Amino acid sequence: MSYSTELRQVFQTELDRLKSEGIFKEERAICTPQNSEIEVEFPIGSAKKHVINMCANNYLGLSSHAEVVDAARKGLDHRGYGMSSVRFICGTQDIHKELEKKLTEFLGTEDTILFPSCMDANGGVFEAILNEQDVMIADRLVHASIVDGMRLCKAQQDTFKHSDMEHLEQKLQLHQSARIRLIITDGSFSMDGDLAKLDKIVELAEKYNAMVFLDDSHASGFIGKTGRGTHEHCGVMGKIDIITTTLGKALGGASGGCVSGRKELVEMCRQKARPYLFSNTIPPVVVSGAIRVIDLISKSTERRDKLERNTMFWRKGLTEGGLIIKEGETPIVPVMLFNAKLSQDFARDLFDEGIYAVGFFFPVVPKGQARIRTQLSAAHETHHLEKALAAFLKIGKKYDILHRSKQEIIDHFGA
Amino acid sequence: MSDVKEVILNYVKNEYLEADDDREVGYDTPLISGGIVDSFSMVSLKRFLENQYKIQIPDAKATPEAFDTVNNIIALLKDFDIQ
Repeated sequence: MSYSTELRQVFQTELDRLKSEGIFKEERAICTPQNSEIEVEFPIGSAKKHVINMCANNYLGLSSHAEVVDAARKGLDHRGYGMSSVRFICGTQDIHKELEKKLTEFLGTEDTILFPSCMDANGGVFEAILNEQDVMIADRLVHASIVDGMRLCKAQQDTFKHSDMEHLEQKLQLHQSARIRLIITDGSFSMDGDLAKLDKIVELAEKYNAMVFLDDSHASGFIGKTGRGTHEHCGVMGKIDIITTTLGKALGGASGGCVSGRKELVEMCRQKARPYLFSNTIPPVVVSGAIRVIDLISKSTERRDKLERNTMFWRKGLTEGGLIIKEGETPIVPVMLFNAKLSQDFARDLFDEGIYAVGFFFPVVPKGQARIRTQLSAAHETHHLEKALAAFLKIGKKYDILHRSKQEIIDHFGA
Repeated sequence: MSDVKEVILNYVKNEYLEADDDREVGYDTPLISGGIVDSFSMVSLKRFLENQYKIQIPDAKATPEAFDTVNNIIALLKDFDIQ
């Protein structure tokens, strides 16, 4: 079939539908390294604007850290640019094994296998370890990559209401005849910024003879006293059977992910996980940078401590200023606006004020729960946060939503 | 029929509504297109129907449209002589 005018129109119609439904995504071009202050072209090709970045996953501010960049450069010099191979043919260097060992130590597990991304780790892990005799029981708000990974796996699927331990217990009772029950959760949920009740989940897993899977992508490096993740925060280090996480957020922000956990399960991934078997190895430059990241954060908690202080300042400032935020303790702080259009207008006004943050609405979040998701970083200084806070309150005042209840905002703008 | 309808409606409310969710759900409330049941969670509804009424719903019939309202589900169950 040739790519005819009619065929072109089929796809154009679908793209037009996305635009008319307001869910068409547009990229912005960042013309600087990733940091708390960046220069952005939005729309692409327009004049560059200097803004404070409030929406990066750069939680520890290591994405452009001098020591990390230096280590990456040395990696490039000593181990080259690419490997032109998957891991098991000729794509494993000594530094890949070194990074896997360091991640195992950092996360407090038995073994680790690197993947090209955490999306790939989640896409491959379930199919590699489970079969049709097993059941996967997932929190309903887990990341899309987990949903995709579960769909690729032959095991039965089930879900429980978000962080609802009573509902999870019912599901564990329902599936007692399965060979393996795997409870699946994110550590820190990316849209709401709340933490899984991992201690309770482990308790239920022990009671009902289940395994626990944790995606700690929005927690590794900074949640818990020494930043090991949600399992450290909840006091269940060593009790999580499978942890997946990313090197693409706090841990340097470049790319790559891993499955870390029980050594037999990691070995199953090495033998059977398709994204590991059929995708290129992580490039040496990224591996070298990530090794330095793990060294830096293993040596000192200074950066995660600063992030914690920034988070407290930001949450307190927004709340006292009269905006509604999702309660919690993580550096993901959603400012609730409820109405989709208001979230878009608010984000546009913020950009005009030199603050870069993005509005989210249905279907990314449930209907009537539109918001602007802000994310803190150890790269933020107090003056960044003061300026951003002033902008949020100025625009909040413009729309007359300060010190208003959820119902008052919905009554005025609609859900 | 009303018993079947009620059983399914009660299941939907208990299974899918969060404790703080005050949305009214009736027989014609859009569940999937209305954002109450996402396609990821729909599988437990299918399993419930299969276990409750001892039937096997082929994947081709378990579409988001067929599961979108309680009344649609009732129409689907008629194919299995469940009334």
